[in-house]
Amino acid sequence: MLSVRNLSIEFSRYGSGWQRKSIHPVRDLSLDIRPGEIVAVVGSSGSGKSLLAHAVLGLLPGNACATGDILFKGDRLTPRAMSRLRGKQIALIPQSVAYLNPLARVGRQVYRASRLSGRCCQGAARNTDAAFARYRLDGGVKSMFPFQVSGGMARRVLTATATAGDADLLIADEPTTGLDPEVITQSLGHLRELADAGKSVMLITHDIGAAVTIADRVAVIYAGTTVELAGADDFRGKARLRHPYTRALWNALPQQNFRYVTGNQPMEDSTVDGCIYADRCTSRTGECAEPQPLREVDNGQVRCCHA
Amino acid sequence: MSTEALRPTLAQRLRLMDGRGRAAWVLVLCLAYFAALVATAAMMSESGLTTDFLHKKLAPCLEFPFGTDWLGRDMLVRTVKGLTRSLGIGLLAASVSSVVSAVLGTLSATLGRKTDAVVTTLIDLVMATPHLVLLILVSFACGGGATGVIIAVAVSHWTRLARIIRAEILQLKQAEFVMVSRKLGRSPWWIARKHMLPHIMPQFTIGLILLFPHAILHAAGLTFLGFGLSPHNPSIGILLSESMRHISTGYWWLAILPGLSLLVTVKLFDVLGNSLRVITDPKTSQE
Amino acid sequence: MHAISLRFCMGKAGRLALILSLVSVLAFTLVSLSPVDPVSAYIGIDRMQISAEQEQRIIDRWGLDRPAPERFFIWAGSVLRGDLGQSMIFNEPVTTVIGKRFVTSLWLMASAWLLSGVLGFVLGVVAGTRRNSLTDRIIRIYSYTLASTPSFWMGLVLLAVFSVALGWTPICCATPPGVSPDDATLWQRLHHLILPAATLSVIGVAQIALHTREKTIDAMNSEYALFAFAQGESRTGVAWRHAVRNVALPAVTLQFASLGELFGGSVLAEQVFSYPGLGKATVEAGIRGDVPLLLGITLFSAVFVFSGNFIADILYGVLDPRIRIGAEEAK
Repeated sequence: MLSVRNLSIEFSRYGSGWQRKSIHPVRDLSLDIRPGEIVAVVGSSGSGKSLLAHAVLGLLPGNACATGDILFKGDRLTPRAMSRLRGKQIALIPQSVAYLNPLARVGRQVYRASRLSGRCCQGAARNTDAAFARYRLDGGVKSMFPFQVSGGMARRVLTATATAGDADLLIADEPTTGLDPEVITQSLGHLRELADAGKSVMLITHDIGAAVTIADRVAVIYAGTTVELAGADDFRGKARLRHPYTRALWNALPQQNFRYVTGNQPMEDSTVDGCIYADRCTSRTGECAEPQPLREVDNGQVRCCHA
Repeated sequence: MSTEALRPTLAQRLRLMDGRGRAAWVLVLCLAYFAALVATAAMMSESGLTTDFLHKKLAPCLEFPFGTDWLGRDMLVRTVKGLTRSLGIGLLAASVSSVVSAVLGTLSATLGRKTDAVVTTLIDLVMATPHLVLLILVSFACGGGATGVIIAVAVSHWTRLARIIRAEILQLKQAEFVMVSRKLGRSPWWIARKHMLPHIMPQFTIGLILLFPHAILHAAGLTFLGFGLSPHNPSIGILLSESMRHISTGYWWLAILPGLSLLVTVKLFDVLGNSLRVITDPKTSQE
Repeated sequence: MHAISLRFCMGKAGRLALILSLVSVLAFTLVSLSPVDPVSAYIGIDRMQISAEQEQRIIDRWGLDRPAPERFFIWAGSVLRGDLGQSMIFNEPVTTVIGKRFVTSLWLMASAWLLSGVLGFVLGVVAGTRRNSLTDRIIRIYSYTLASTPSFWMGLVLLAVFSVALGWTPICCATPPGVSPDDATLWQRLHHLILPAATLSVIGVAQIALHTREKTIDAMNSEYALFAFAQGESRTGVAWRHAVRNVALPAVTLQFASLGELFGGSVLAEQVFSYPGLGKATVEAGIRGDVPLLLGITLFSAVFVFSGNFIADILYGVLDPRIRIGAEEAK
């Protein structure tokens, strides 16, 4: 469904004083999503995950320069194609109700999303009702304002907004931040239902533990670079994880070893030749100074010369 | 990357290309204008101000770029001197106002609830009447005259800036990094210097620079209305009110041109304040 | 903040009373500080013409030979009874003067207020949604140049161009010479109103457009705008459905809260065009030292400003669902 190849995003901005610096939040991002599957895009804050969503939707800010290819259903996504497909075939499930118009009722906003996806008035109204019913939201919720909706109800409203249309690709941006475990399970369950119905879901999150419960495959991002593309099953036994960063990420979870690796990911404005993880890697060798391509290893891909 | 792109062009070297560079140039040019204005006023001899009935009511021409008035005086000289005087009045009043606002704003936010209540009520009181009404009242209280105008403007312009400073400090007091500092045992002076001042200074400086045009315009307005008359050393407002009568007889340059110079001068302050904001405000300085 | 309730209104009434008391104390103190002799302030040039007994009666009535605090209480007592005194300049009760002149000023202020509010808002939204386009540049240049123009200079320019050079509009006053205000037709009134209103509006539009533009740009860059774009909304769609609604609310309330500045602007405009409104009366009272009128106008203008703020508060409580429903839920 979606294929991102070597996406790179660069911004030009001011450092201190007069110098213009260019920052490189996304260096080399590649991933594929097939129909009916959930791909979790996992990485720490600042690894460029949200920018990926914006890039696919064609919503990058003006001073951004993006290179690489994004293919949707086999066709290259040009800016014109993106503005045609936004809301109709590619939909965004945002992070919080802050992304809803504070002065408009929730029901109307879902209705509008449905209209934008191409429905006529009555069709949109029916879709809205269906979406609300599907996520077990009362009719009364439709006349609420965003500030009145919170927690699990908010998540369901946001999911309803995205599914009021007929989008084949759904991008869920951080759907688990700040929520209770039951709400998280419910919210992720909805995404799994959507995938089972044939849609593709890009699940952007930093919560790898939750992601693995519903995802089919996982793309691990480090400093704007894809370092591994693994199946969700690979996380069941650590031995099958290919990249040292993925292992470190998994190990750091409280449920696992709760251990961390010292150091930080490279700053956005630094250029790194060779392996992006080299300065923190314990198994670093001389070969790591060479640029690392994504290679097929077992059933996944990895950007490491030692895998 | 080709090698041509590596050599900076002259425009790039002068930093004309980016927002910040342009803002800096604008800043420098504004300051140069003000310096030139003051210098010109100081250098202009009094000869342009003597009455000369031979040359009265001349339209703008090469010899008299701003024309002459009904007494034959050179309008350009009158305008430049008047402008400098207006600037002086405005700057003096604005400086006093800014000091008052800084002091009251800080005290209000730091000395506890009672002081805060007193200062906010004071602010509400000063802002309860239309600005011009208060200015007229204070001018009247001082018996007219130029000092009256300065006092009036000084006494009524501090409220906005004081409110801003008070709001900033109150917000900062609640900020997490300040609370953490306090818990870590830092003294209030250290917190004030390291944390609060860097936040407040930019807002204060810009607010100050933008206060000047307000003060200058209000002072000019007051003198235009007839308060603060001192015909021997007139400011722009007086020039304008005196010339108002002559517009209906067609001598438009007596009022329009001095007013235009006032507008340009005041505008430059605005531009200066905005360039400063472009350079220092983190939100907009990336454009 | 609060829904409209009896408690809210009582609170506001109390606040008004407090403000008016403080304002009257401040105004009276300032007026007493003036070097003008209080007796002349009340009687003026007629002093030569009235008899000694009449003069003494006025002095007794207002306590003009007593110290300032006593004079204040006498005056305040009168005010509370509805008697603001007699205007020395117009030889009429202050209340009558204020009443008549305010109506004249109201024409001017209302037209300028509506015109600059509506036009300024529209221009600001258009400029903000089409950022950096040609339309935006034009609106921005216009607004930047005119926003800090002194209104009295603007009035002089318009006067010179339209009244003197072109002769399209009259040079002064609210009605043609020789025609009393009651006899003037609507067209004549409007004819005299055009330039003063234009003076205030031209600058007002610039200021409001600039401010609205900023807010619109913020709205177009907000998170809800981003999500709307992600849903496939066009730029106009986002502007109309999201930005305008979120910007209109603060814009309207700001309009009401800026009644004080409107009054100030009208003072200057009325001076340029000799328009016989409340503003011109204030200036005359200040210059010729007509104390009762000056104090009366001060109180009146304080009430005027207060009403503006009051309406702004109410509007916010009514129009913003977050406040309206939030207050109901809090009950």
